[in-house]
Amino acid sequence: MSIVTVQLGQCGNQIGFEVFDALFSDSHCSQGFCSKKENEAYQASCKERFFSEEENGVPIARAVLVDMEPKVINQTLSKAAQSGRWKYGQHSCFCQKQGSGNNWAYGYSVHGPRHQESIMNLIQKEVEKCDSLSGFFIIMSMAGGTGSGLGAFITQNLQDEFSNSLRMNQIIWPYGTGEVIVQNYNSILTLSHLYRSSDALLVHENDAVHKICAKLMNIKQISFSDINQVLAHQLGSVFQPTYSAEGSSHYRRNPLGDLMENLVPHPEFKMLGIRNIPQMPENSLAYSAFTWAGLLKHLRQMLISNAKMEEGINWQVRPPLSGLPPLGRASVGAEPHFNTSIANLVILRGKEAHSADLGEQKVTAYIHQYTKFGVEEEDFLDSFTLLEQIVASYCNL
Amino acid sequence: MTQSVVIQVGQCGNQIGCCFWDLALREHAAVNQKGIYDEALSSFFRNVDARVVGDGGSISKGKISSLKARAVLIDMEEGVVNEILQGPLRDVFDSKQLITNVSGSGNNWAVGHKVFGSAYQEQILEKLRKSAEHCDCLQCFFIIHSMGGGTGSGLGTFLLKVLEDEFPEVYRFVTSVYPSSEDDVITSPYNSILAMKELSEHADCVLPIDNQSLFDIISKIDLMVNSGKLGAAVKPRSLVTASAEALRKRHKKPFDAMNNIVANVLLSLTSSARFEGSLNMDLNEISMNLVPFPQLHYLVSSLTPLYTLADVNIPPRRLDQMFSDAFSKDHQLIRANPRHSLYLACALMVRGDVQISDLRRNIERLKPSLQFVSWNQEGWKTSLCSVPPVGHSHSLLALANNTCVKPTFLELRERFTRLYKKKAHLHHYLQVDGMEEGCFTEAVSSLSALIEEYDRLDATKVFLQEDLALAQRTERKEAETMKIPGR
Repeated sequence: MSIVTVQLGQCGNQIGFEVFDALFSDSHCSQGFCSKKENEAYQASCKERFFSEEENGVPIARAVLVDMEPKVINQTLSKAAQSGRWKYGQHSCFCQKQGSGNNWAYGYSVHGPRHQESIMNLIQKEVEKCDSLSGFFIIMSMAGGTGSGLGAFITQNLQDEFSNSLRMNQIIWPYGTGEVIVQNYNSILTLSHLYRSSDALLVHENDAVHKICAKLMNIKQISFSDINQVLAHQLGSVFQPTYSAEGSSHYRRNPLGDLMENLVPHPEFKMLGIRNIPQMPENSLAYSAFTWAGLLKHLRQMLISNAKMEEGINWQVRPPLSGLPPLGRASVGAEPHFNTSIANLVILRGKEAHSADLGEQKVTAYIHQYTKFGVEEEDFLDSFTLLEQIVASYCNL
Repeated sequence: MTQSVVIQVGQCGNQIGCCFWDLALREHAAVNQKGIYDEALSSFFRNVDARVVGDGGSISKGKISSLKARAVLIDMEEGVVNEILQGPLRDVFDSKQLITNVSGSGNNWAVGHKVFGSAYQEQILEKLRKSAEHCDCLQCFFIIHSMGGGTGSGLGTFLLKVLEDEFPEVYRFVTSVYPSSEDDVITSPYNSILAMKELSEHADCVLPIDNQSLFDIISKIDLMVNSGKLGAAVKPRSLVTASAEALRKRHKKPFDAMNNIVANVLLSLTSSARFEGSLNMDLNEISMNLVPFPQLHYLVSSLTPLYTLADVNIPPRRLDQMFSDAFSKDHQLIRANPRHSLYLACALMVRGDVQISDLRRNIERLKPSLQFVSWNQEGWKTSLCSVPPVGHSHSLLALANNTCVKPTFLELRERFTRLYKKKAHLHHYLQVDGMEEGCFTEAVSSLSALIEEYDRLDATKVFLQEDLALAQRTERKEAETMKIPGR
């Protein structure tokens, strides 16, 4: 079954490129640890999920690229074409001339309705190319205007038009300080809307991935490209084909369905996080020896103590009574699962934005930029209420 | 990709504008090796077939034939505009983009605004509409003028209302040169205050610039360059004041160097919108992030580095010095010390070979010594553009919405009051049709209201003793670093 990816905004497109690149390189890796037959089965399964075939043999990513200004999409398309190994469909992109200006309201209320038809047409075309559709993977950031606002709008549309398919949103949580000033507003609005229309929200924090790059990958001058590659590696682990119960040459067919089944038992709890282990620069791989037992032990403790990396894990923390649902995965130990730490994250960020809006002086900074495009104060309050409900539910667990 | 139109009004506006176009051409020439008319170029230039007479000559793709600036030049005297049209930039403008007169505005805002405003309104509208038609997607008008004179100040601000009515969706970014206290135009306080009211009401964003600050920066650069020890090591093309002419001979006109700084600011402001980068920042994002309340749209700018040393190995400390400098009072383009005042928001637009980790490291380092308003403690907006300016490997433009603009406004109001109390020179204004004393009182109360807003924000500042001491220590350290060349 295939997954159609929708890349939105600068962040979505930059990450999307790295994800497809990682998926492709991994499945065509020359260092074979398995038999040839196994490799071929793996390759075929992986390819079917994410790429479609073209006449001259160059795989085309099953993706729709959307951005409100052309620079990033042009860059992404050319980078993919340059590699020569895979590329994006020529007509799979939708682009405008002027961006959303970091304004969620502009992305949701102006760009959304205006371009709804064109974007949904593109997605429809991509869906028709699939033999069977597992669902949608939507990559977006929460801090900006297009990814967040237009992303929320498109997810809602996908829910309306393709109600039988699953929607997994990959959202990027911005750095705590210094990316976009109105990021708290944009994030709150995005989260509350996505919670209603998405099936699962996979969250990645820029801060956490940055630390991984710094501490584990030993990169001195970290660029967004490095960060995106780490992200792509983690995402790849989630989506790459895994064995099914029948045996080693049969891969599970329905990636998104499986994930949802195991991870989102209740529609109230749909936030997911990824813990990936091991994470290290390629050069160090030769010098390390891993056993599955060791890796899994580390991973378990990472989950329990809510650590994002394998360094500095607090071994003192013990799990509460109910065990964590174990998942058997043949890929390199990525265990996405719902955990209460996301709830903590929401509380923290929710607090910051909260105090911005409803402090003693009733400061309404920047609101005029949002009301210009139809998002009123009530919408903000509604979003707060919804998120507080979610936080409360997680706390009750 | 969007386009922007530059409207240069008055002597100051046109002189700065001239430096801007010269620099823009050099910047694009450095990036655009193949001579293809691309989207980045189209943001400020049209590509026309010079052989075609009339309007039909636009070429949208392919090789560069003849570049025309997306500009409208307005001046009520002919001297400056004629000089531009006879200089090296004469091919970049055509006569259809000019509006000139011979008599000048006599340093009188009322003449510029009321007399010439109504006389030229139709013509101005027509030229603006023409420029807009040539644009695929017009995003922003950049208006360059001075506040102290008559044309730039009066007619320049008259334009704002016209633009707001005719093109309400297009941003209006105004670069205003404020008169310094040693200004030689006696009526500059009147002109400035009358213009301020228009700026507060009709501009989306204002970048105030002060001649004195520019002059101080020039002197500092000269000192560094001529200090002997450092002289040979400074790359001449890297001077933020460098222009094509300056490279050939010494600056004939003292204002050239100063104007180049302003031109550099405008280019850096638009660099992330024109060129690619890992974290883009479009022009509409500037207004969105830096203007929390519609009235408070005055942004203090600072540009670093002012020159590049020939040393190719740039250790991270040098890079960090660039960030520190952006917050020092000596690098601000108005007389202000942002460190001692309250930040409402701050944008860092980085160009060149700088990555996100460098940016983060410096924000973390500098944050403790800066005061942000309580409801926007994390009020940073950042962007990374891969293309550095000509002659540099990296550069930083910092835009701050900070209460340190208040002293400039206070001083202006004081100078105004001194004149107005004596009714000095008032008759020149009142004899203009449509002017009355009410205009003056309204203008000054608009300014007072603005100052009150800043006062209210400053009152929320909790400046602890330790913070003050830290800030002073940091400043002293910086001052010492500046004195020793080569560090």
